[in-house]
Amino acid sequence: MPNPSEVKQTNKSNRLKYIMEFISEKLFLICALISVLSLFLIIGFVFFKGSNPFIADGYSFIDFIFGSDWIPSEDKYGIFPMIVASIYATIGALVIGVPIGLLTAIFLSEIAPKPIAKIISPAVQLLAGIPSVLYGVFGLAIIVPFLQNNLGLVKGQSLIAVILVLAIMMLPTIVTVAETAIRAVPKTYREGSLALGASPIGTIFKVVVPAAKSGIMAAIVLGLGRAIGETMAVILVAGNSLIIPTSLTDSVRPLTTNIALEMGYAYGTHQEMLFATGIVLFSFILILNFVLAKISSKGGK
Amino acid sequence: MNTTLERKEVKESANVEHQNDQRSVKISVRDLDLFYGENQALYQVSLDIREKEVTALIGPSGCGKSTFLRTLNRMNDLIDSVRINGDIHINGNNIYQSKDVIELRTKVGMVFQKPNLFPMSIYDNVAYGPRMQGIKNKKELNKIVEESLRGAAIWDEVKDRLKTSALGLSGGQQQRVCIARAIAMKPDVILMDEPTSALDPISTLKVEELIAHLKKDYTIVIVTHNMQQAARVSDKTAFFLNGEVIEFEQTDQIFSMPKDSRTEDYVTGRFG
Amino acid sequence: MRKFKDNLLLGLLWFGAFLTVAILLIIVGYIFYKGIGLINLDFIFGDYSPVGGGGIWPMIITTIYTIVISLVIATPVGILAAVYLQEYAKQGKLVRMIRFATESLTGIPSIIYGLFGAVFFVTTLAMGMSIISASLTLTIIVLPVIIRTTEEALKTVPASYREGSLALGSTKLQTLYKVILPSAMPGILSGIILSMGRIIGESAAIFLTAGTVAAMPEGIFSSARTLTVHSYLVTQESGDIELAAAIGIVLIVMILALNFAATFISKKLNKADY
Repeated sequence: MPNPSEVKQTNKSNRLKYIMEFISEKLFLICALISVLSLFLIIGFVFFKGSNPFIADGYSFIDFIFGSDWIPSEDKYGIFPMIVASIYATIGALVIGVPIGLLTAIFLSEIAPKPIAKIISPAVQLLAGIPSVLYGVFGLAIIVPFLQNNLGLVKGQSLIAVILVLAIMMLPTIVTVAETAIRAVPKTYREGSLALGASPIGTIFKVVVPAAKSGIMAAIVLGLGRAIGETMAVILVAGNSLIIPTSLTDSVRPLTTNIALEMGYAYGTHQEMLFATGIVLFSFILILNFVLAKISSKGGK
Repeated sequence: MNTTLERKEVKESANVEHQNDQRSVKISVRDLDLFYGENQALYQVSLDIREKEVTALIGPSGCGKSTFLRTLNRMNDLIDSVRINGDIHINGNNIYQSKDVIELRTKVGMVFQKPNLFPMSIYDNVAYGPRMQGIKNKKELNKIVEESLRGAAIWDEVKDRLKTSALGLSGGQQQRVCIARAIAMKPDVILMDEPTSALDPISTLKVEELIAHLKKDYTIVIVTHNMQQAARVSDKTAFFLNGEVIEFEQTDQIFSMPKDSRTEDYVTGRFG
Repeated sequence: MRKFKDNLLLGLLWFGAFLTVAILLIIVGYIFYKGIGLINLDFIFGDYSPVGGGGIWPMIITTIYTIVISLVIATPVGILAAVYLQEYAKQGKLVRMIRFATESLTGIPSIIYGLFGAVFFVTTLAMGMSIISASLTLTIIVLPVIIRTTEEALKTVPASYREGSLALGSTKLQTLYKVILPSAMPGILSGIILSMGRIIGESAAIFLTAGTVAAMPEGIFSSARTLTVHSYLVTQESGDIELAAAIGIVLIVMILALNFAATFISKKLNKADY
């Protein structure tokens, strides 16, 4: 039988350890809560600032969304042209970037000889990390003059320039994520299909790609997120005119660029309207993610 | 109904034994129930484990023997959903009433199914426990490491490579270093959870010899799938089935003339 | 007919891949072609002069400032948050909320972070347009990255290490800093390196919070330009593509170096394991 006093003594030296355990757990919890706090702060501040003109100053939210004049000096704040520009630019970039990106991903994971895939895949991955500003610089230096000269435009900065730059910028993200998803499809799927007499190409498009669908959707969502949120690269090639685009060659000002261009000197209601623009952008992203999630879950059935 | 009857039988036999056994009771378990969430894994387990004996826990997979073993050093606490009723006394202290898990685990060492040495040198692995208890003196640590490795009968094999990675050893060597790591804490009790299930026959033999040697100084509780092993190394054997202790007796009795037909079926290999 | 269709699809695949590789090669090639002429020691280590020429040293220093400050805060907070989520938290509402918040932060575009930083750090906390405002904004941007990579790294630490340590009478905290964190360190480090890449590449959020002063920062409360913002401004204001491309080369080399470092470290992890 142990000596009771001995047990008590050990308890004492362990007490410090239990106190440290308690403190450290609470400290870790606080660290974890910091991200929650940040999210609340961000949403809180942006929404508080952005909703103020409509709640306190009586501006009409409908006019804000559907108004086509943005003239802060005359107290006119309509962002409809920017909403349209953002939607067009995003859809355009998707239409061009997604097929090329997916074809590349399928090529790299299914068709490409191993040595080639081993060089290209990491290179593409690396390009996903290149600062997006550089894509804008490239767009301004090559795409804009090219459009100007070949389409006979007065100004090459246009909706189509934005679409091309965003599509290119999405490529590395889409390729990398989709390639990983396609590679993860079990070999047995391919073998099963080939054994049934399907051609290798038929197998890829009928069996492998559908099996990787959720990963491919994730790739598209990520690429899309990069495109909608992009700001600085877009400013360089958009032209930034405040008109509702009617053709691909019109100069445009998407939501993000409006914020970045005017935030530097805006104050009062003007500044709050930029936050309201931020809210619209934010909702835009939420809705798009939601829609894509819906599509992919429907397709999954 | 059946269970209560048998439990009484076990208790009685334990009591009888107490009278003609001079060894004192080290671990005393009474009416232990254990639940994983809604599922009960142990039913009214009661048994007395005596000092400096090897007690083997046998039974088919999922019978609760490993779960029971892990109640003895409160490793089940790591699982959130586990709930326990009943009492376990070690050295006369109720281990579930005391809040000091650290103290308990320094006194009740454990060796796991697969060798789980840390990715450190052999020396650092064995010195790990003492260091965590605040021993910093180099000479003292050296002494503990050597004694523990000698105690685990592996000193001669590793003494020239103490500073190399422990993960470079063979599986059998690693498991004996794990035992050394447990001994380094100078525990009263060593729990072994199928310590040889991942080892080849020769390494298994070495570990079994070691167990026979260790029982001079330690109380050992060993879970094993291997009935020959239980017969070879243990003094007492408890047969678990569906979370109950069916029979708890001297090992030779369990294997030669079990009282319960289910025990007999199991030890003769009719199921399990 | 089927053969024709197959060949057509195969052709499409080759074409798509060719297009991607060609476009990306052209971009990188063009940036190097345009900018390489400007690259020399004076350009990198020289002070900036607004009237043509001059170096980008102030911008490099500013970039390093933002990396260091934001990581000094985000690294411990992110690692400890991940530790809480992986090692301590019981699954439940709280953990779900923390996970949801972390994931949501990942999806917010950087211009929104910029807006937030501009009103919260710059105005409300009166830090002004400064390196510190930008760095704190960047901290929030990379926090989810560090949390996620650390969580992944912690998941790879075998449960048997934890059991082994706890069974020896160690506390969770001791187990954490003696066994778990050292084992997870390579994964955590490559996560930190990747966040450096994210910080280097960020522009919109910094543009709104650090301002655009093109001079050597006097301290963390100075307004200053990072490399990306500089590259944007010289393109936007003076159309100086050559200069922008030269900065681009510096940026790409930095990103390359970081990626190699991350690969190197994760390779070392595999060696240490066997």
